[in-house]
Amino acid sequence: MDWRDGKFDERTIVLATATAMSDEQQPALETHDLTVTYHKRPALYGIDVAVPAGSLVGIVGPNGAGKSTFIKAVMGVVPSSGGWVKVFGKPLRENLHRVGYVPQRESVDWDFPVTVMDVALMGTYGGLGLFRRPGKAEKKRASEALEKVGMLPYSNRQIGNLSGGQQQRVFLARALAQDSDLYLMDEPFAGVDAATEAAIVTLLREMRERGKTVLVVHHDLQSAGEYFDRLLLLNMRLVAFGKVKDVYTRELLQKTYGGRLTILSEVADRAAKL
Amino acid sequence: MIQEMSVLASTVDFLIPASGSGKAMMAAVLLGAGCGLLGCFVVLRRVALMGDAVSHAVLPGVVAGLIYSSERSPGVIFVFAATAGLLGAGLVRLMMMSTRLKSDAALGIVLATFFAFGIMWQSRNQQDTVGVMNFLFGNVGSIDASDLRMMLMTTLVLVVTMFFLRRPLLVMSFDEGFSRGLGYPVKLLNGVFYFLLTFSVVVALQAVGVVLVSAMLITPAAAAYLLTDRFDRMLLLSVLFGVLSGLAGGLVSAEVNGLPTGPVIALSATALFAVVYLVAPRHGVLSKVLRTLRRRMRVRRENTLKAIYQIHEVEGFAHEEVSVLMLARKRGLTEDVVRRDCKALLSRGFIDMAEDGVSLHLSRLGWKRAMEIVRNHRLWELYLTNEADYAEDHVHEDAEKIEHILEPGIVRQLEQHLDFPELDPHGKPIPQPTHLVAQPLATL
Repeated sequence: MDWRDGKFDERTIVLATATAMSDEQQPALETHDLTVTYHKRPALYGIDVAVPAGSLVGIVGPNGAGKSTFIKAVMGVVPSSGGWVKVFGKPLRENLHRVGYVPQRESVDWDFPVTVMDVALMGTYGGLGLFRRPGKAEKKRASEALEKVGMLPYSNRQIGNLSGGQQQRVFLARALAQDSDLYLMDEPFAGVDAATEAAIVTLLREMRERGKTVLVVHHDLQSAGEYFDRLLLLNMRLVAFGKVKDVYTRELLQKTYGGRLTILSEVADRAAKL
Repeated sequence: MIQEMSVLASTVDFLIPASGSGKAMMAAVLLGAGCGLLGCFVVLRRVALMGDAVSHAVLPGVVAGLIYSSERSPGVIFVFAATAGLLGAGLVRLMMMSTRLKSDAALGIVLATFFAFGIMWQSRNQQDTVGVMNFLFGNVGSIDASDLRMMLMTTLVLVVTMFFLRRPLLVMSFDEGFSRGLGYPVKLLNGVFYFLLTFSVVVALQAVGVVLVSAMLITPAAAAYLLTDRFDRMLLLSVLFGVLSGLAGGLVSAEVNGLPTGPVIALSATALFAVVYLVAPRHGVLSKVLRTLRRRMRVRRENTLKAIYQIHEVEGFAHEEVSVLMLARKRGLTEDVVRRDCKALLSRGFIDMAEDGVSLHLSRLGWKRAMEIVRNHRLWELYLTNEADYAEDHVHEDAEKIEHILEPGIVRQLEQHLDFPELDPHGKPIPQPTHLVAQPLATL
């Protein structure tokens, strides 16, 4: 594939091609030919990527590039029309408990009658199955997660009575309470104040230090080079994936942001009308 | 299977009251509980119209049940009605998935089609479907022991399932994407939800009627939603409201001859909702109006205080008193109105008035508050001009509003940010309420 020419993190290729590996060496996330179509219109074409465990990855690209779609397709929230996804070397379904998903803040109704604590507790539900009630251990985990993002004092607040930044922190607390190994976050920096943005960056780095793998959809190219150690440049197809110093280049960024691939999207439009 | 169910059902017979009014009450409690529980999810998931569609879609099932069961067996009617309801819900989904129609249009089509079909079918089989009016508009009086048995069983299934599944259903209703990530079988849960929804519709059918069942799914839960921010409390309140309106409807329609039960139940639910809508402590209309009024009155008081301060300022703080006449001129209001404003300030200890009522002076508290307001105003003007690149003549209007809502914490941040300024963009001094006594005394 064209993005492999030249600039590519060698280690990634090794990881992607080797077969029998211990868990630490497995890519945390691997997709092959992942393709998504919305109403017959392709949104993502054949994404091949292997994210090494323990990396902090920013997913960047212009509007409509399929950044959110990518992580939604990985999570199975939107159906993919082709390709496969592996998490730590196994199909997603077998390793779902190791994945934490943080949807966009706007995707939920904040008037919902639940408290900050209720939302954080939801992070512990994955281990409980459908019927078991959260007990002391779960509550402790939720409290610790809230403490970490500075939201513990607001435990009993209804979630609508929070600022945008606070709401985002609650979402992050829920993810922390999940205690996953791989995190997929959809625009956690959208609409948050400067203090929260800084707090989130610190939190993400801390998670990386503890060996977590974190993928973050990010809309601000300027800060992307600074916040993350790897970047996934996306514009309906994968433009590049690698360490910041390798892919944060004028040439690749231009390729990412330099308009749509006209022929590709034109053909896609025609196909949609069939 | 229906035979087995009725054998099983007879084990609950000891729960069924003998008297007619006893049966009516029990029916009301059951339908209130079932609809109240399901209604919470209907309201929170914003599928209120789905309840309406399912309830109308059961009509052909009811007609089929009346035609094909020898002596109006509730079991047969239940099975047919539930099947028709689920078929309707399924068709809605199918239409949404296979076309670009959104749910409202799909629901509208299904609702009308099923209902029309049911009415047509019934009119061709009038002898076999004598009791159909009871199902259309509801009649608690028509519910006999075997109906009640069926209702009891269904409600039991409903309550037990809800008890065990309320947590996953809640998470799924709040954040479907996240619940997928938890590994919840989202499709299955959705299926279970629509099964339960159909059950609750069928339970309420004979008491409330096809046309108005959706009122029981929506109104009690909506009232509960306005009252509380906790889900468990919402469930309890919704059930309570459902039961209450069921009871009220049952009793009234039994007392007053010829009143169909359904409309009375629906209106009882609305009456409860209306009360909540008005007086709910946080989300009610009255409390909102009161909050707005209180805020307006405070803003008015603060503006009066500010005007008094500005009169002092123009005079170089030379006099201790301000006359009502001057204040009226400054505020652009009549003396009577200003006197009324002054009374509000007096009662809160912001000013003292001379005995003749002609002049007034600020109390210590009044000075402090007035200075705070003027400071907030000028700080904000300065912030807008310096930091947000507003032109000097564009900042006043904005500051007029902001001055009343700046909290001490933000004021401190502003001061630090602007490096403790002394003058506003128009060159006027920014007062320091902490140097409270110094300024007026220095002018003596």
